[in-house]
Amino acid sequence: MTGVQDITSTSKSAAAIDKARAEGRAALIGYLPAGYPSVEETIAAGIALAENGADLIEIGIPYSDPVMDGQVIQAATTEALAKGFHVREVFDVVRGITSKTDAAVLVMTYWNPVVRMGVDEFSRRLAEAGGAGLITPDLIPDEASEWMAASDKYGLDRVFLVAPSSSPERMKRTVDASRGFVYAVSIMGVTGARSSVSDAAEGVVAAAHAAGAERVCVGLGVSNAGQVREIAAYADGVIVGTALVAAIRDGGVDAVAALTKDLSTGLTREEA
Amino acid sequence: MVRPMVDAPTTGSDEGTADAFLQGDRSLRHAPGPYFGSYGGRWMPESLIAALDELEDTFEKAKADPDFVAQIKDLNKNYSGRPSLLTEAKRFAEHAGGVRVFLKREDLNHTGSHKINNVLGQALLAKRMGKTRVIAETGAGQHGVASATAAALLGLECVVYMGAEDCRRQALNVARMELLGATVIPVTSGSQTLKDAINEALRDWVANVDHTHYLLGTAAGAHPFPAMVRYFHEVIGEEARAQILEQAGRLPDAVCACIGGGSNAIGIFHGFLDDPSVRIYGFEAGGDGVDTGRHAATITLGKPGVLHGARSYLMQDDDGQTIESHSISAGLDYPGVGPEHAYLADIGRVSYEPITDAEAMDAFRVLCRTEGIIPAIESAHALAGAIKVGQRLAAEAAAEGQAADSKIVIVNLSGRGDKDVATAAEWFDLLDKDSVEAEIGKEGEQL
Repeated sequence: MTGVQDITSTSKSAAAIDKARAEGRAALIGYLPAGYPSVEETIAAGIALAENGADLIEIGIPYSDPVMDGQVIQAATTEALAKGFHVREVFDVVRGITSKTDAAVLVMTYWNPVVRMGVDEFSRRLAEAGGAGLITPDLIPDEASEWMAASDKYGLDRVFLVAPSSSPERMKRTVDASRGFVYAVSIMGVTGARSSVSDAAEGVVAAAHAAGAERVCVGLGVSNAGQVREIAAYADGVIVGTALVAAIRDGGVDAVAALTKDLSTGLTREEA
Repeated sequence: MVRPMVDAPTTGSDEGTADAFLQGDRSLRHAPGPYFGSYGGRWMPESLIAALDELEDTFEKAKADPDFVAQIKDLNKNYSGRPSLLTEAKRFAEHAGGVRVFLKREDLNHTGSHKINNVLGQALLAKRMGKTRVIAETGAGQHGVASATAAALLGLECVVYMGAEDCRRQALNVARMELLGATVIPVTSGSQTLKDAINEALRDWVANVDHTHYLLGTAAGAHPFPAMVRYFHEVIGEEARAQILEQAGRLPDAVCACIGGGSNAIGIFHGFLDDPSVRIYGFEAGGDGVDTGRHAATITLGKPGVLHGARSYLMQDDDGQTIESHSISAGLDYPGVGPEHAYLADIGRVSYEPITDAEAMDAFRVLCRTEGIIPAIESAHALAGAIKVGQRLAAEAAAEGQAADSKIVIVNLSGRGDKDVATAAEWFDLLDKDSVEAEIGKEGEQL
């Protein structure tokens, strides 16, 4: 257990969330797909995220079969692939952001690209690029023994997802397997902006906390400062994806900066 | 239900070999999953795990429930028309080295293919789980039509996801599904093919899982789908084994089937897995040829990976992106394959070989002209493979000083070819160039 403790204390994601907590607010986590509209612009947008209030950054790897993504992110990642994006370029994006900012940078990826490169090799290169860890939307702890070993070896965070449908047993297992934070899916569905955040989210966060999670962040369907404020009241971090992808699509890096600044106004807990 | 933590597989081959099996160490039948050697498992979003657990639980209880087993038996007999015939194809056999060839006639089932076995079983499970809606993916439309049929029979709402291109190409099958009361949703994302229809069905399932069952059409996907879909198709192999013993007085020398995801194949193979004297062959879609890059020969050329919930062989590039498959047969045009087939390939129990479009269409014509049976183009791949296997067996017989007809081959004729008439007519240049059918057929060929 002491080994686990040691690694937790060096978790980049945990440190970023704890820093926000010390400031009396939730952490802001922004998602951008690598290579959309180009690798250079992803780096510039990532830096803009960090400079305008994001504490953690998720860089998505475009994948041919993104079953957890809605239309906006699908369209972006399909375009990135059509332009010739290669998985190895995600390390350039991570390095490009970590070399210029203090934000914790995680990679969000469907599992097969990692399998293809080799779990150990992928982990080694991610750590070398300064990455904090991986968010794995289609990898559950039951299938993750290779990733558990590699993430321990390279000191990477492993962010698994929990959902409104997760049983108490699964919640416990997933919380135990996670490091850095636990990703609470707010709704039964795929990524995409929604007009309201599901009531289920608060329950999932409470269940994850009850199962022992120190840090629980909420994603799916969050697109504006009002929703950020609502979630910041009970969660340790708020994850925004589709709205940022739409911003870079419609207004480039400047739009990402402006939206991030606006989203960050929702982070402070009113009672704090 | 909580499954034990199992060590995830590493790449490379597998523990165990067919030798162990052939020495009688263990049975290959009724493999329960979630793993088949290092393949299978549940590479799925957490949101769907509870539904998979519920399905597994319901399926395990149903299998042990005599009422459920009787219900399936009754539907198979009085609705689908089972048992399907085992027909000796004597004139076709002349093209297969003169060995005896028997056709397992899944084409005679209601809806025209083996697909009905699985959809009836899963639709009954959906009812048991109290679900009111089923969703399905379809390529050419066979599984979509079968799903719409089962949904109509059992009073379930049915939504079918189908690639937009396939919808246009298979307009009559879309109409068929709609006549049966289903809603067909054209899929325009990704490559707009079968794999994208599965992606879209999974997205629907995540959002509607409380009242919706995903009626997956092949023996692939996350546990319990591969073992469950096989269970509902095992009847093919059970019948075929009993029928050949009755008609020929002995087991066959070889069993042949076509492989896309692999549901008809695993169904017939299962009956013979523990019979060491029976050689088993799966024929993949070789498209324009495996050296052209335009094919769907997943086991022949793919590498292990995870897609749609299972670890199995997969057509993928160096980045792990799924490669689009190509085949004249929409039902075989899938870049993955069921995990049990990956395992049977690795241990050497089943031989998997590619059949090109041209070889399949030659066999298609031979069956039409020699037996008066128009096969599905999928099944024509198995027929083309049987011609090769028959010729090899005939050569073996000759070397042993035996007559060719001392050897017996069973071919799973998984479906009828009515749906493929436009494609076949175009292939054989039977159509007026300006006809609508010629247009449809041309697009079929460009798959």
